[in-house]
Amino acid sequence: MKKEPIKVREESAEIRVGNFEEVVKGYSEEEALLEASRCLQCKNPVCISGCPVGIDIKKFIYQITQKDYQSAYFTIREKNNFPSICGRVCPAEYQCRKACILTKKGSPFASEQAINIHFLERFVGDYGKNNKLDVPVEKEERFSKFKVAVVGSGPAGLCCAGELARKGVKVDIFESLHKTGGVLRYGIPPFRLPWNVLDFEINYLKKLGVNFISNFLVGKAKSIKELFKEGYANIFLGLGAGVPSFLGIKGENLCNIYSVNEFLTRVNLMSAYKFPEFRTPVNIGKHVLIVGGGNTAMDAARVALRLQKLKGLALNTTVIYRRTEIEMPARRLEIEHAREEGIKFEFLVQPKEFIGDEQGFVKKLICLKSKLGEPDSSGRRRPVIIEGSEFELDCDLCVIAVGLKANQILINATPELKTDKYSDVIVDSESMESSIKGVFAGGDIVGGEGTVIEAMGMAKKASRAIIGNFLKKESE
Amino acid sequence: MKIVNKEIINDVGGVRITQLDIASGDIASKALAGQFVVLMVDDKGERIPLTLVNTDKNKGIVSLIFQEAGFTTRSLGKLNPGDTLYSLVGPLGHPTEIKKYGKIILVGGGVGIAEILPVARALKEAGNEITTILGSRNKELLILEAELKNASDEIYIMTDDGSYGRKGFTTDMLKELLSKDKYDLIYAVGPIPMMKRVALVSKEFNTKTLVSLNALMVDATGMCGCCRVSIFGQVKFSCVDGPDFDAHGVDWEELEKRNKVYGVQERHICNLSPAS
Repeated sequence: MKKEPIKVREESAEIRVGNFEEVVKGYSEEEALLEASRCLQCKNPVCISGCPVGIDIKKFIYQITQKDYQSAYFTIREKNNFPSICGRVCPAEYQCRKACILTKKGSPFASEQAINIHFLERFVGDYGKNNKLDVPVEKEERFSKFKVAVVGSGPAGLCCAGELARKGVKVDIFESLHKTGGVLRYGIPPFRLPWNVLDFEINYLKKLGVNFISNFLVGKAKSIKELFKEGYANIFLGLGAGVPSFLGIKGENLCNIYSVNEFLTRVNLMSAYKFPEFRTPVNIGKHVLIVGGGNTAMDAARVALRLQKLKGLALNTTVIYRRTEIEMPARRLEIEHAREEGIKFEFLVQPKEFIGDEQGFVKKLICLKSKLGEPDSSGRRRPVIIEGSEFELDCDLCVIAVGLKANQILINATPELKTDKYSDVIVDSESMESSIKGVFAGGDIVGGEGTVIEAMGMAKKASRAIIGNFLKKESE
Repeated sequence: MKIVNKEIINDVGGVRITQLDIASGDIASKALAGQFVVLMVDDKGERIPLTLVNTDKNKGIVSLIFQEAGFTTRSLGKLNPGDTLYSLVGPLGHPTEIKKYGKIILVGGGVGIAEILPVARALKEAGNEITTILGSRNKELLILEAELKNASDEIYIMTDDGSYGRKGFTTDMLKELLSKDKYDLIYAVGPIPMMKRVALVSKEFNTKTLVSLNALMVDATGMCGCCRVSIFGQVKFSCVDGPDFDAHGVDWEELEKRNKVYGVQERHICNLSPAS
């Protein structure tokens, strides 16, 4: 008997565009049980190969069917430190769900029939959170004499710190912003990842003894060398990819043209949507354009729509993307949510030039139409501009969301740290050790923009290598 | 992040300029002339950049001087010794390039005078001959005259109303000096119109000119691009590529407009009075 996938409960589009509350409500126990019962428990569970950290998906889903949620939680936690976060932000349709046997062969992303692994993971993660299931700590006295500095408190840094602290290593996390969480805080809007979920994970690390040092910019306030001198045995760099790319077209510095990072940081980290109670302003327009097709573009579009609603403006936010919907790197769920909320899409469109008014504010975007040509190095078909296809779009606010590059401050301050042509840190792929002995790196600073779970995978590797270092020092 | 000392430097005609000395050993031990910090007054506050005016490495204290102009600087001015800032991060930006240039003119206007002080001291120590031009609306509003006198070989004061020094703009004096003698560098900080005029004048005489730009910022670590400026047609981030730039390459009109992007909100929030 074929069972239909269990749809996850969501806030209605009309209501949710008026606030920043979480959109996806998650499964109830009953729904989770029904969804878990759809799992075929394959002899050869191919879904696991789709998970960047190799969670035993088959096992945790089975444990759900047995209502043994505690065991399911620990099964996930063996590989994934942040199930509540990944269950919310993982692009499962490109990972485990795409690998699921129920996905049609050759499909570019998971079929609807594929098991909703991410929602089950979230259910289990939230169960663990709500029932305060702490993963058993394996603190060993012999590690307590080692101190590690983790630079950056995003997904990679948090994961590495947690892994080390669990073993009894003393960890200090340095964060340049006033709040911890990195991109999970300044980048991902609370309607996708509520702050209490993030705070739970950070508080757990604090309970483990991890020391958070905010407002501290390593590379300026202290160098890598100085950290070593202060007694840190090893250093982990989870610097992230936070440098925004721009289009490099005429008029791009006009007022009300934001990088996606600025727009999201103002609204998420600084709570600009609550101005003037919160003092950081953000502008909004009547004709908002978002350029790009990734998750940050979807986040920016949905934030812009909410700002329009809060301001009492007509909802008018359009995403323009130079390829077509199928090539969009965003999670399918985000595209779907954006569309439900009323965001418009213009595909095969390339920005050419911004036109401003006398006060220096943007008022129009001149665009070109394109068509898809041969596949490029990313395997996606390259957009080719159609000559003479120029047209204008009204635009009084634009957000550029066309990619993010490696953060540079610490890299520039540390010439011994070898980087590749993208300025990403070069590491040994097994140990994650950089060109400086005892300095490890992971997350987006290695290999560019990736996912939370990939960052976690790298951080785990690094933490194992760091523990290996300490064991070696022990036996010397 | 604890305020250890506060001094109202000036409070006349609705213009209040305040100095805060703040304990921060980490920043004090690293900061060099020309660098800045970003601070937040409280957990709902805005992140604003302020130039480091003085650093005492031994005591671990940094000093900021600011005009209480907007909501955040007014809130900051309400703090007292013993109070703690919610956030303070730095030192940020590249330090001013300090070396022996030869003969240098420093131009400071308004509260920008505070920002040229650390640069004046460092350049003087590097063996340069320093001529300083200070500009203010009137005698009462002039700040740090004695400190800059100490750091300069020659000093000229210009006031808009002629109530002190000479009547006129800093650029009037600049032009006079440049027509009489050759200088190796000009360093100017002040309101945008002043820096713009300095750039115009010094361009005529083909004298290398640096300015410290006061673009709006959020994170100030290169992540948002709010502070982007055009320098010789290239986009630069003031926070990580600056704040010092070649004045002859700055697109002043763009900077002026970008700095007014939140004019509406500023007017709105300035009608609210900061909690005392």
